[in-house]
Amino acid sequence: MKLGFLVDLNLCMGCKGCEIACKVENEVPLSSWRLRVKYLDVGVFPTTTRNFTPLRCNHCENAPCERVCPVSALHYLDNGIVNIDNERCIGCAGCIMACPYGAIYMDPETNTADKCTYCAHRIEGGMMPACVTACPVEANIFGDLEDPKSHISDYIAQHQNNGGVQVRKPEKGTNPNHFYVGGGNQTLNPLAHKRIEGYSLFNNITHLKHVGQPNHGIIDRFMEPFVSHDEKGGH
Amino acid sequence: MIENSISATQAVVTLDVALPGIIWGWIITVNMWAKSIGTGVVLVGAYLFYRHKKEDMPSLKWVIPTVSFIALNIFLLFTLIDLHQPYRMINIFLHPNWSSAITVGAWMASLFTALITVMMIVSLLDYFSDFRKNCVVARVVRANSIIYDKLFGFVVFLAIPVTLYTAIIMAESSARELWQAPTEMLQMMWAAFMAGSAALIYFSNNWAVAVRKDLAFVLAISVAGSFGMYMGEYFFSFKAAEAEATLEFIHSGGEYFGQFWTAMVVGFIMPFFMSILAIKIDNKVVLKVAATATLIGLYMAKDVWLKIPQLLPLS
Repeated sequence: MKLGFLVDLNLCMGCKGCEIACKVENEVPLSSWRLRVKYLDVGVFPTTTRNFTPLRCNHCENAPCERVCPVSALHYLDNGIVNIDNERCIGCAGCIMACPYGAIYMDPETNTADKCTYCAHRIEGGMMPACVTACPVEANIFGDLEDPKSHISDYIAQHQNNGGVQVRKPEKGTNPNHFYVGGGNQTLNPLAHKRIEGYSLFNNITHLKHVGQPNHGIIDRFMEPFVSHDEKGGH
Repeated sequence: MIENSISATQAVVTLDVALPGIIWGWIITVNMWAKSIGTGVVLVGAYLFYRHKKEDMPSLKWVIPTVSFIALNIFLLFTLIDLHQPYRMINIFLHPNWSSAITVGAWMASLFTALITVMMIVSLLDYFSDFRKNCVVARVVRANSIIYDKLFGFVVFLAIPVTLYTAIIMAESSARELWQAPTEMLQMMWAAFMAGSAALIYFSNNWAVAVRKDLAFVLAISVAGSFGMYMGEYFFSFKAAEAEATLEFIHSGGEYFGQFWTAMVVGFIMPFFMSILAIKIDNKVVLKVAATATLIGLYMAKDVWLKIPQLLPLS
């Protein structure tokens, strides 16, 4: 079994339902995301379009994060999921440096790296990932890539002609198990668009101060095991 | 309208909560800088032992392991404090993942530090022979001071991979295209020779003129080599688009343009000419100023090279 994801960007309407479902299911702390939806405006008025691209861990077959993790906190499950063991992670951030997709973050509450696990705990119980069940237009398609009869295999077979199925940054050689239909250079290549101050829908986003934040007090990292949850700010 | 000015794609990100930018910051810069000194003094010291008589540099035998010991402990301390779970550092030894250069490097650096510690104790007790003269342990150590020479060759050999492994960590950081170049390994070696010679210059007051000239020579060659490689990257880089986009941060108008060029002038161009001058006139003050400038410039250059790839959006 090799589990994979496919997002049909033609269907995605940017409701962020998947993002919220992920946050709730996995108790992702404030100012952190396992899954987020990027908005991209393309074109010149009046021929403009707004594109939505859900971004999450690609669960690569050749995962740089798994290779660089010094303690194997990042590891493969038998079903192909790149899982993370928060109890073992030392918080070196090597995986954050290695992931070409920016999918890994430092959890401000546990002070360890964290990321999308394709809801491995739900899959173990026979359920779909939370983002799949939340999507109102079934843009998120999840299943076994090795099963030719699975919905995802069928979807890939239907759309793969003429480059209809893409992955992010194929040149990195990571062999992602996360695919997109209806994507293009503009939506999938971070160098093909601009990020300009003042053109974001939300500006001045506040990030909470926490132990996991970069450049936060070094002493806090050593004191963290001895400080109660409430004293840390009660996230 | 802004979209008209983006001729290539006319695409603007209007919502994406970027993940935190610089994760490996100044702590890692200090880490790399201190390691360059820790291994550099061993490599440059070995070169001096090969080239000159011990009598020409009487304190070198204890200066090498002592400076290296201090620098390596700074390096290890900053490695530890950069971890978000510092108490779990032990997991690197209990649950090692050998495909990770972080793991291999941690093991090698630990072994290297242990051997340097032994050499430091032996050489200090040997050099300061009146210290703890009647202590049994000190007497045993002095009686076995041959261990220094036996370890030295292996430590010099080990200093090379300990110097280079950070370049492998960077090479494993697939998200940062700028660090992927094989030249990073050579830059690490240049940095070690720069930092090593600069550190030893501070102790060279009573050494023979020929030794000081050799130190100045190593410093001049290493800053020139490193500077040449930085310029190669800066002006003639033929890398992937991501690396080119990263270098924009140090090109004219870039966020780190000032720091990069300050580093180049202070840490590379100035020390080069001062070292050449010191070779000709054997001026100790000029040589020490060159050493200080090198260490400052090296820190600034490493800091820039570490941070700029982290500023590039990955999504």
